[in-house]
Amino acid sequence: MAENAQSTGTFRVKSGMAQMLKGGVIMDVTSAEQAKIAEEAGAVAVMALERVPADIRAEGGVARMADPEKIAEIQAAVSIPVMAKVRIGHFVEAQVLEALEVDYIDESEVLTPADEANHINKWAFKVPFVCGATNLGEALRRIGEGAAMIRSKGEAGTGNVVEAVRHMRAITGEIRRLATLGEEELMSAAKQHGAPYELVKWVAQNGRLPVVLFTAGGIATPADAAMMMQLGADGVFVGSGIFKSGDPVKRAAAIVRATTNYKDPRAIAEASKGLGEAMVGRSVGELEERLAVRGW
Amino acid sequence: MAGNGDRVGVLALQGDFREHVQILQRLGVEPVEVRRPEELEDLAGLIIPGGESTTIGKLMLENGLLDAVRSYYYRNGKVWGTCAGMVLLASATTGPPQPLIALMNALVERNGFGRQVHSFERELDVKGFDEPFPGVFIRAPFFEEVGPGVEVLSEVQGRIVAAAGERVLATAFHPELTDDTRFHEYFLQEVCGI
Repeated sequence: MAENAQSTGTFRVKSGMAQMLKGGVIMDVTSAEQAKIAEEAGAVAVMALERVPADIRAEGGVARMADPEKIAEIQAAVSIPVMAKVRIGHFVEAQVLEALEVDYIDESEVLTPADEANHINKWAFKVPFVCGATNLGEALRRIGEGAAMIRSKGEAGTGNVVEAVRHMRAITGEIRRLATLGEEELMSAAKQHGAPYELVKWVAQNGRLPVVLFTAGGIATPADAAMMMQLGADGVFVGSGIFKSGDPVKRAAAIVRATTNYKDPRAIAEASKGLGEAMVGRSVGELEERLAVRGW
Repeated sequence: MAGNGDRVGVLALQGDFREHVQILQRLGVEPVEVRRPEELEDLAGLIIPGGESTTIGKLMLENGLLDAVRSYYYRNGKVWGTCAGMVLLASATTGPPQPLIALMNALVERNGFGRQVHSFERELDVKGFDEPFPGVFIRAPFFEEVGPGVEVLSEVQGRIVAAAGERVLATAFHPELTDDTRFHEYFLQEVCGI
């Protein structure tokens, strides 16, 4: 007979939840209405936000966790998972989101950091966390703190995919290089990456991260999403790219289709037709503030 | 078992299809990632993986796979759904309308155990298995009711989490996220006859 003991919040159910999102698109939404559009378009989850990154950039000020009322409204509107963001290091915002039973917490550089030295101890929570990373060391530090999913950071709110590419190539390239090292070289590699030795060893042996790797920050078109998938992402976060575009309904569905069929150029071409204006992009050089540098 | 060129499909539109593919490889059958109707030809069985059932259902509808999988099944095909796959196999849901393959006489409750913080692991007694099976439940559904022709294989707190019909199998949990291959072997041997 099986034992009746039931365990919640295990790393297997946290990282397993991210496995279920693979091959999918997670969309930033700021209202119940937008959440419904995202679900209808085939999003695998929505990220509940007060303001999308492009507006955070434009309006400035301190960016914080969304109003719990807004989050509850979005949870009531859709049946797909609802994620929400907390400031880096703000463990009480995370406690609040756990109490609201959001399905995933993004400890995000898009919001204004609350702690300039430490991230949240994510092992202390039953709700799983996703964190951004610009390179392998940063990804492994976050996993060491208990993150059950990683996303490459890119540069949020720009509609410019160049930083997403840079970060994804950095992470996957560093994983490939680790896999070529001898066992005696791994401690030195751990030191260089500033990452836990056991995780460095695991990555060297398995040739991948121990959790799902999504991409984010600047994805605005179906071709952007498909390129990130071909570069090795397990799935895509789209922030401002959808609801800052001319025709969000069409663009959302098109990005989902291109992500599913990312190896099929004809399907990507079909998905890219007649989408109207993409969000107005910004080149990274002209930015007053780079969000990707937030994270320690 | 197997090893004689049997090909088993895994629906690869979204979700954890690679985990199923890897287990099939370990068990010596040839996995086929299915994204188009024509890829269903000559399959000894088809697995619908975990993922988001609304997303997978919409993509199946768009790609012509909803009808194609039904045709595959009614031409003596064998189908197993895990989690989102279980939802898609049910004939009706208690929630808002969504595209379903509807091969099993069952009413499904999506996310029946609650949101992600309530996701859990536990051992399961499964009909026909000598030892308990490690159940990994992630925003898992359950069958609230099953009709004639559907046999209940396992329950948690009185909720149906594994069931078998004619050439069709459904599990609310994720054998593909564990190292225990007994459910995959059960599907290949007892359902597909490999």
